[in-house]
Parts: sequence; C-alpha cells; structure tokens
Amino acid sequence: MSKAAATVATARDGGALARLARWLDQPKVLAWLMLGPAVLYVVAFVGFPFVLAIALSLSDATIGDPSLDNFVGLSNYATVIQTDAFQLALRNSLIVTAGVICLILVLATLASELLVYSFRGKRLFQTLFILPWAMPVSLAAIVWLWFLDSTFSPVDWILVELGVLGPGSPLGPYSHMYYLGREWLGLASTIVADVWRMLPLATIIVLAGRLSIPEERFEQARIDGAGVFRILFRITIPALKPMLIVAILFTSLLVIGEMSMIEILTRGGPGHSTQVLPYWAYLKGIAGGSLAQGAAIALFLFPFLLVVSVLALRAAYRAQEA
Amino acid sequence: MSVLELRALEKHYGRIQAVNGFDLKSEEGELLAILGPSGSGKSTLMRMIAGLEKPSSGDILLDGQSVLGIPPRDRNVAMVFQSFALYPHMSVRDNILFPLVSRKVPKSQHQAKLDEVTRILEVDDLLDRRPTRLSGGQQQKVALARALVRDPELFVFDEPLSSLDAQIRSQARAELRELHDRTRITTLYVTHDQLEALGLADRVAVINKGRLHQVGTPRELYNDPADLFVAGFIGNPPMNLLPLDEHTVAGLRPEHLRLHADAPDGDYVLDMQVAIEHVEYLGSEWLGYGTVQSGLADIDQQRQHVVARLPASIEPRFSPGEQWRFVGARADVRLFDRASGERKASQAGVAA
Repeated sequence: MSKAAATVATARDGGALARLARWLDQPKVLAWLMLGPAVLYVVAFVGFPFVLAIALSLSDATIGDPSLDNFVGLSNYATVIQTDAFQLALRNSLIVTAGVICLILVLATLASELLVYSFRGKRLFQTLFILPWAMPVSLAAIVWLWFLDSTFSPVDWILVELGVLGPGSPLGPYSHMYYLGREWLGLASTIVADVWRMLPLATIIVLAGRLSIPEERFEQARIDGAGVFRILFRITIPALKPMLIVAILFTSLLVIGEMSMIEILTRGGPGHSTQVLPYWAYLKGIAGGSLAQGAAIALFLFPFLLVVSVLALRAAYRAQEA
Repeated sequence: MSVLELRALEKHYGRIQAVNGFDLKSEEGELLAILGPSGSGKSTLMRMIAGLEKPSSGDILLDGQSVLGIPPRDRNVAMVFQSFALYPHMSVRDNILFPLVSRKVPKSQHQAKLDEVTRILEVDDLLDRRPTRLSGGQQQKVALARALVRDPELFVFDEPLSSLDAQIRSQARAELRELHDRTRITTLYVTHDQLEALGLADRVAVINKGRLHQVGTPRELYNDPADLFVAGFIGNPPMNLLPLDEHTVAGLRPEHLRLHADAPDGDYVLDMQVAIEHVEYLGSEWLGYGTVQSGLADIDQQRQHVVARLPASIEPRFSPGEQWRFVGARADVRLFDRASGERKASQAGVAA
C-alpha cells in the first residue's frame, strides 16, 4: 500500500526519478532485479564449475596443460576405475556414508524424542548439542585427532583404566588402540567423527517433523493401550518418514562429498586403506596434477547421487501426501 | 456399563485453578454431558478421567474403584478427541484394530470384533481407505468404531461434533444417541454447545471456572436453574435477569414475558413498562427486544434490557418505538440472591 502510494506521489512529480520508479515497479523488471544476484551466484559458482568439471573429465587436461582441446571420451573414467586406490576409495565412501546414515537415523530419532520434552537445562543442552555443527571442520577434526592419537588418546587411557585395554585384557596386550593406524578402526573413527558433526543438522530436520505431529495422536495411542515402543514404531516413525528421508538425503550428500575430516584424521592411510572418493579426486587432480582424472573421480558418483536424490525426494513427497 | 464418580476433584497449574472441588456421580449406562464455556475446565476434567493428567487432589472412581495412578493404557476408558486423532498412515482397518493389537488381544478375536463395530457404525466399506481420504462424518464414525472395539467401561467424548459441518451435525447427534442407546455404555460428553448437551444427554452438568454449578436433566436446567450462571447460560436467548430489590434478582424466560393486555388477571411478580427497540422474525418465532422504563428496583442506574419470545403464529402487537406494559407471573419467575447468585426458596418474601 505505502509503496503504491509512494509511486503515485513521485509520479505526480513527473521527473526522471518518477519515471525510473515506475519502470522499477513493473513486476517483470522487479522480479529480475531481485532474482539477479541469486541467478548470477548459481551460474558463476555452481553451474560453471560443474560444466567445467564435466569438460575436464572428458579431456586430457593436466595442471601443466589445462586446455580442453583434446576430447578423449570416457577413457579417464575407464582408467581411474581400474586402479586399486579408486576401488578402495569407492568402497570406503560407501561404507562411511552408509554407516553414518544408519547411526544418524537412530540417534536423530532418539535426540528429537528427547528434545520435544521440556526439562531443566534444556536450553543449555540444545546449545551444546548444536555446537558440533557450528564448529569449523578443521578445528573439530583436530580435537578428534587428539582424541584418537596413537599415544595420547584419552579414550585409550579410559579403556586401560577400565581394564579392557592393556596386557592381559580383552582388547589385547598393547596399551593403545592406534585408531587411525588400522584400516577398520580408521574407518570407524571417521564414521564416529562424521556422525558427531552431522547429528545436529539431522536432528533439527527430524525434530521439525516431530513437532508437527499433533499431541492428541500420542494421547490417543496411550489411551488405546500402546506402550513406548509401539508408539515409537507405529505412530512416531511412520509420521517422521518424510523428514527422515530428507535427513538421510542431506546427511549422505554432505558426507559423501566431504574430504576435510579424512584428510586431517588419516590422510587416506595407511596406504589407501581409508581413502575416500573426494580426497582421492583432490590428490589425483590437484596434488597429482592430473586434472582430467581428478574430475572423472569426483564426477563418478554424480549420476547415482542424482537418481537417488530424485527418488528420495519423491518418496518424501509421497509420504507427506499420504 | 459402569458408574463414574468424582470426589472433591481438583487440578491446579501453579496458581491457576482449572478444576475446583468437583463432586459428580454418573448413573449406570447414562449419557452425561459436561457443559461449560471455553476455559471452564471441562477439558482438564476429561483428561484427568482418561488418565492423561494427574489430579492435584481428590479421587476418580470407576465402579467404586479408584483409578488414580492407573496409566491410561490400563484404564478401560475410551476417548474420542475433537480432532478424532486418527492415525493417518494406517488404513481404517488398522486404526480400528489398533486398541486390540496394543492390548495384545488374541488375533483370533480381531475379525469378530471388527465385524461387530463396523456393522454398528456402518463403516464396512471404508476399511481399506486412509483416514485422510474420508469426510468429517466418516472420520467420526471410524473414531467411534476404534473407541468401541475394546468394550470400554466408559466413553469420553471431547466436543465430538464441533469439527463436523453444520449440515451433518444434527444427523451425527442423532446417530451418537442411537449408538449410546444400543450399547448402553456410560458416556461422558464434553461440549460448550448447549444445544448438543440438552438435545443429547440424559443429564447435564453445567460447569464454569472449574466449579460445578448444577447437575440435572435438560428440563431441570431450563426450568429450575440453580443459580444465576446456569440461568444466564442455558437457553437462547437466555433468561431475562432483572433486579427486583437490593437482594433479589428475578429470572424470567423470554417466552414467559407477556403483554399485560394478553393476561390482565394474575399473580405478577414483575410488572414493567418496556420501550420496544426492535422486533425480529425468526421463522418459528418472534423475538422482541426492549428496555425497561419502570417497574424495577433502580440499582446501578443501569438500563435493563429484556427479550420476549412469541410463537410465529401470533403476530406481535408491539412495534419499535412504542411502550407496552409487560408482566411476569409468579409461577414463571425464578428468584436468585443478588450477592451469591444462588437460587432463593421460591416466591418467599417478595413484595409484588
């Protein structure tokens, strides 16, 4: 209203400013003006790099000769797939992502159940709970590095104190677990650190869904005679389904494309035993100089992720409709 | 069929008194309505009976046994919420069977119970549908079927008709009464709508601000309100409440406010000059609105408004702008104490 009034007022003045105001007030002009920055951002920082990556993966570009003049088809993909490092990285990426999703599903559901109730100190708990998400990855990874250190790990110390680690104990004769020095412990450590970091986001998504379930439905279930577990599995989780799907989607996309955690924790080692796709793509393409192969590695999972995302979003939409 | 009894029941949230010393006993197999304006504490009362809230003090008994401390799942009380609270991701069949499954009733009995309640409520053809695809009336029937399937001792209905369209409400009301007559399960029916309460219930408990004002049959409430609140709450338009003297308020139903010319002889408690303000024709009746000019105790210097009701068959003789003499017969007038609001022993000590 007031904007329209202002336009009328300036129009009466009849000057160049008024004409400009009237021109800006047209829906078409205004829309493009408002959308412009966002479109520019997406094109420059998402669209262009993405197209460039595809072009690189189909060329023989290197750091020394980054031109796209030689089209080589899918041969980069064929080459990288055959290397052991790639196969390990692919396997590990899938294991880490699957592990994180499984743990996140359980923990986010439990955490959201906890956070719908009001209790003393809830605000403090919420703040602490969100911290891992707000913390820079590198800082978080360094804390984990200390936690999992081969010599100074406080976890090891606790285990030794509890008598489950050390000479003559269930976990072996050594006093250290060497979390990051062993293939499976290294992967498990990565999963734990990733879960720790991703849980707040997933919980917030699931909690939004939990809060939208009317309280009467739970009261009805209690009156109908359902216990805690029946309510959780027959009432709460079915209602949370769309939000759980969205949480899985967000978490897996973030985890599968994330390399800083593994870079700081294990650097993909020992050997390539804890290698993951994004870090291997970085090592190969940037550190190793083979831009084309790096791009091929990075893009390898893209078609799968696209299909999975579309299917998941559809399922979430359908679940919401039902 | 059970008897519900509430003894000195109280509930407060901090300093807010939601239910304030409630004594009430149902008859066996009775349909008892709890009627009160919003915020009167009727929801709290109902939630305590279902076991969703703990009373601050007092006792709730079913068939003479206290149910305090018994969780909702172990009380045999079935509740139907205003929203019906159907489980949206389950079929109608699974919704109805949910109480049986939850109570670990042997599977062999499910089909028979399902057949029984779906026949009574005529929802046989909806069993494979989702609740979200049903109309309001159908949802209500499914909710009733789910409540009925486990043979509850007590039904608690929370405003069960208020989420239905106005057109099907009276039909649903009739069906509810029919369901009750068929099952004879003691039923507590909570509502703010006096039409529902009076039309449906065997007895009505009128509550306000957490206090029980009167329990009685719809006729008793209408003809003999126990206090000024009930008098002013029941009836549409409500009783005319007019100050007789410093201590007494006279209550007179609009249909009992009559022209002196129509009934010149009689024992009148009220005799007033009324200026007619406007007259409404409502199809089945006329309503005449006016202000009392003289004939009442002049307390608070307030102008008293009155409403008179005439059947549509009698053309009113009065029209706006005129003054007429209106009377209220001793037999029709109810007297209340001005200070306490309580009903006064009838007709005693009033100078006409």
